[in-house]
Formats: sequence, structure tokens, C-alpha cells
Amino acid sequence: MSGSPLITLRGVNKHYGDYHALRDIELEIRQGEFFSLLGPSGCGKTTLLRTIAGFEDLSSGTLMIDGKDMARVPANERPTNMVFQSYAIFPHLSVAQNVAFGLRRDSRPKAEKARAVAEALEMVGLAGYGGRAAHALSGGQRQRVALARALILQPKVLLLDEPLSALDKKMREQMQVELIRLQRNVGITFILVTHDQEEALVMSDRIAVMFEGSIGQMADPETLYRRPNSRRVADFIGKMNFLSAEVTAAGATVDLDVQGLGRGSIARDQAPNGAPAGPAVVGIRPETLTIVFDGEHTDRRTIDGVVDEVVYYGDMTYYDVRVPGVDEPLHLSMRNVIGRPVLDVGTPTRISWDERALVLLDA
Amino acid sequence: MKPPSMKFPALRIYAIIYLLFLFAPIILLPIFAFNEGKIIAFPLTGFSTRWFETLWERPSLHSAVQSSLIIAVLTSIFATIFGIFAARGGAMANFPFKGGIIGFIMLPLVLPEIILAVALLVLVTKVLGLAPNLYTIVLAHTLMCTPYATSVLNGAFANLDASLEEAAMDLGESRWGAFRLVTLPLVMPGIISAMLISFIISLDEFIVAFFLSGNVTTLPVYIYGLRRQSDQLPIIMALGTILVALSIILLVAAEILRRRGLRRAGLEDAGGFL
Repeated sequence: MSGSPLITLRGVNKHYGDYHALRDIELEIRQGEFFSLLGPSGCGKTTLLRTIAGFEDLSSGTLMIDGKDMARVPANERPTNMVFQSYAIFPHLSVAQNVAFGLRRDSRPKAEKARAVAEALEMVGLAGYGGRAAHALSGGQRQRVALARALILQPKVLLLDEPLSALDKKMREQMQVELIRLQRNVGITFILVTHDQEEALVMSDRIAVMFEGSIGQMADPETLYRRPNSRRVADFIGKMNFLSAEVTAAGATVDLDVQGLGRGSIARDQAPNGAPAGPAVVGIRPETLTIVFDGEHTDRRTIDGVVDEVVYYGDMTYYDVRVPGVDEPLHLSMRNVIGRPVLDVGTPTRISWDERALVLLDA
Repeated sequence: MKPPSMKFPALRIYAIIYLLFLFAPIILLPIFAFNEGKIIAFPLTGFSTRWFETLWERPSLHSAVQSSLIIAVLTSIFATIFGIFAARGGAMANFPFKGGIIGFIMLPLVLPEIILAVALLVLVTKVLGLAPNLYTIVLAHTLMCTPYATSVLNGAFANLDASLEEAAMDLGESRWGAFRLVTLPLVMPGIISAMLISFIISLDEFIVAFFLSGNVTTLPVYIYGLRRQSDQLPIIMALGTILVALSIILLVAAEILRRRGLRRAGLEDAGGFL
């Protein structure tokens, strides 16, 4: 997967009048990577994608694709193809004509082109659909046509603008798996724009989390989830409990005093932004907190609390537990296994936790 | 939403009276056009096509029809081209003062025609120093028809997903190629519709044509010239019948094309004339 960067952005800025849509973007995307731009709406992720596609000019900075500066290269000459959020299937053409659209300037003989179209349709699971009218397709089928239409040109980069957001949950999960498989098979670099953190975690090799036009953190999914570098990133990706804390000493390990949990020490890599002495915030994920049920034994450290809220999800139960000395109830999630009851509100309970699950964030 | 049914008989009666009021005068046209008698009055005296035959034998009428057709065809082409520019700009581009500029394009819709006619006459004869002729009428009719063409085309362009052209460019087409291969076929029903409507408006426009006609006589101006001779009235009725039939045929054709285009593109219907 590694190699020289296929796409490089240096100091990229984009202004719309007074609006600063992209701020000093520095980005390198490697050949063959599945890269996601993740963020809330209006964070600039789509603008960044459209910049790479060539639909938006840069206000400043450089964009290189495959070692070539793209400043003067229009969209139709870039080695990128895009799957639009609306899919942008040409409604007056058949499925096959849609897929063959990009081959118009191809000098190959007709029969060969037709074979390429058939292959592309087969690749996305639409073999035999070539003669259908494009506007008669379902959402998932349109999505596949859009993919086939882009991939038939064998671009260096495939850009996907929220491609799954119009699909229902089941279809979306199915397409996620299919997209990952497709990307592995064709070996093309994918850049995905999404506001769905789960989608980004599931699909990506690396994710750039964007807020207000700049990149907040760029990392692989696990690092992003386990070691977010800011409260904002931690909050956007999954659920996180935030507790105020005090850094008391920092050496090979970092000594802390955490509200409600007490004193402890963590490894240096649990403090992505360093550990200056003084007030700080500690994050801990709900699934790393565990209720110790009656009759169970734990070697981990524990705190006592009272169940404040119960939400039953079938496979999981989400609890809010009020712990003395902590301002907000702690969120925690428990897998519902045989022998474990679902607790009622008001039940006194013991929670075990682990120092290795803590992440130190700026105050 | 399901339309409410007409429960109240009073409303039904109102609707019938309303339609009669609208169309009764027009129904008189064919009735008297095919009437034998010279005098426009009931009772009818018998079926005849002689007034249509008389029409056929008038060279002055032929030249008026010819002028009107030339003007209407040219007007529909020009107005539609300008309408395409305006509608595409309005739907797909962003520029300063967009609202105001679009408003100005639509302004001739509400301008009194007589004012427009006087202003155009002054412009053509005094400012430009031209003699009014066929082409000055084309110019004036284009000005008047452009807002109609624009509003028909607005519907066609507003239906269009802006990312379709981008997708075409993304797949290797130039800006023009994207327009020609994607946008144009999708708005073609709107274009034809806009041309037919401009054609009809130009064909029966009287006031401006009257002011700017010079030595050219258009069909409405010709009819106006016949009005004082009562023996000519049945001829006017025959002519009117032809014009009404033509207008209805063209308008229905325009609407059928527009709807078929929408259906073919799988798009939502966003208004129209019928």
C-alpha cells in the first residue's frame, strides 16, 4: 500500500468572497490508498474533493497528481474520475451508453469498447443491465452505474462524494463492503467524502478529519479512534466520556489525577499532544468501562455509581451511570451476554476501568 | 395529494359558465366561417367553404402570410437562443446582481405593448435612422418573446441536475461537449416548446407590428385593415378559424413534446402551459 504520494496538496487555500472554505491544507495520498475526508457538513470536505477533481480553482497553494502540477489542467484532462452524490446518471441514455460515455474519445474499435462496457457492468454486479433506461434504475443500481462509468476509464484516482448517503441502511452496509472489495481488486486510489464516521472507519486506510476548512487529524482508523488528538475529533468519532484531570508529573509515563477515577499513570503515547503539567481533559470510550455484575470478579480498578439511564439496543445496552465526584454521568455500553441482567434505573453498581483506555487531551 | 372532488354543484355551474365566457367568442369563428351568408348573424344560412376559397385567391393576403411566417420563424429562433442563454445562466451560474438581471429579462412581459411599440418606433426611425421593415419587426418581436421563451426554458433547466454537466466534463468532455451531449438533449423539449410559443406570439402580435410595419403588412395588420368593410367579415372569420386551429395545434404539440421529454428523462413536471 505504501509508496510515493500520488496526490500532494501544499498550502492549499480556497476563498469564496469572505468565506474561507479551505485553510492551509497539507495532504499526501499514496497510490492504492483508500482515503477518506470526514467531517460535519460545511467543513470543506466536498470543496477539497472538487478541488482535486478540477471543478474548483485554488485560491493559493499547489495540487500535484502523479508528479504533475494541476494548476492549469481542466477537469476533463485530469486523471481523476468522480462518483457524484446525486450519481449524475445521464437520464436520456441507457445504462450501457452511460458507462460508455467516457470512451467517446477512445479510438478503440466498437466491439472492444462494447466488451469493456460489459466488463465494467459485470464488475459492479450489473451484468445484463446495459439495455435498461437509466432513469428506471433504483438508487443502488444508479450508484453501480456511476461506479462503472468512472472505473471504465481506469483513472489514477476515483473520487467519491458521499456516494452512500442516499441509500438505506442495509444497502449502504452492503455497498460499503462491495466498495472495499472493488478498491482492492482494481488497485485504484479512492478518495471518499463522508460525514458518517462509521463509514469512514469501516472503509478507509487513512482518514482526514476536517473542521471549518482545516484538517483536525489525519490517521488510520484505529489511531483516530483510540488516540484522537483533540476533544473535537474525539467527540466527532464515536462516543467519548470527558473527565477533567490534572497532570501531576510527566516522565517516561504521565501521572494524572482524574476526577472521579482517582490517581493513575498512562503511557506517553496516550497523550498525543504532549502532557504539560496542569489542568487537562481525559477521554475514555464507553465500551472500555465495564459494569461488574454481582458474583463477577475483576482485577481492574473500580468505582461505584448509580444507574441513571438505560437504553436497550438488543445486542447492547447503553447505560448512563452517575459517579460521585463526576459532573456528568458516565456513558458506558455493555454487550448483552447470557447471564447478565439489564439493570434498572437507580441500581447501585460498580464500574471497572483500565488506565490503558485513557487518552489525554488539551484542557 | 389527491385533488378534492367537485362536491358543490354551484362550483360546477360556475366552472361551466366561466369556460363558456372564455370560449364562446372563439366558437363563433368557425360557425360563421363555414356559413354561406354574407351577414354575420343568426340564423345560419347553410354550410359553405367559399370564404376559405376567397382567402386562397387574394395575393395581398398571401404576402401578409408570408411576411408573418418569416417574422415568426426568425423571432422564434432568436428568442429561443436568447432564452437558452438566460435560462442556463439563471439555473446554473452565479454572478453579481443575478436576481436583478433576470428580472430585467422578464420585464417586457409586463410592459404595456403600446409603450414598447412607440419606444421601438422612436429607436428605429429617429435614433438608428432606419425605415421600419420586416427585420425591425423581428427585432421587436424577439424582445417581446424572449421572456416567454425564457420562462418556458427556466422550467427545463431548473429540472436539470447541475452535476450532469460536471459529470460529462469529468468523463473527458469539454465544456461545450458537455453542453451539447448532455444538457442540450435534456432541454430539447423545452427548446421546441419555447420556439412554438414564440412563433404563436409573434404570429398574432398586432400593436408593435402595426407601428413598425412600414410598407410590410403582417397578418394581424392585414386583418385590421379589413375590419371596416362589413362584406369582408366572413373572410376574417375564415382566416381567424385557420389561425385559432393553428395556434391550438402548435400549443398542444409544444406541450406533448415537453411532457414526453420529461418522461423520457424521468424528471418531475415543473409546470408548463397546459
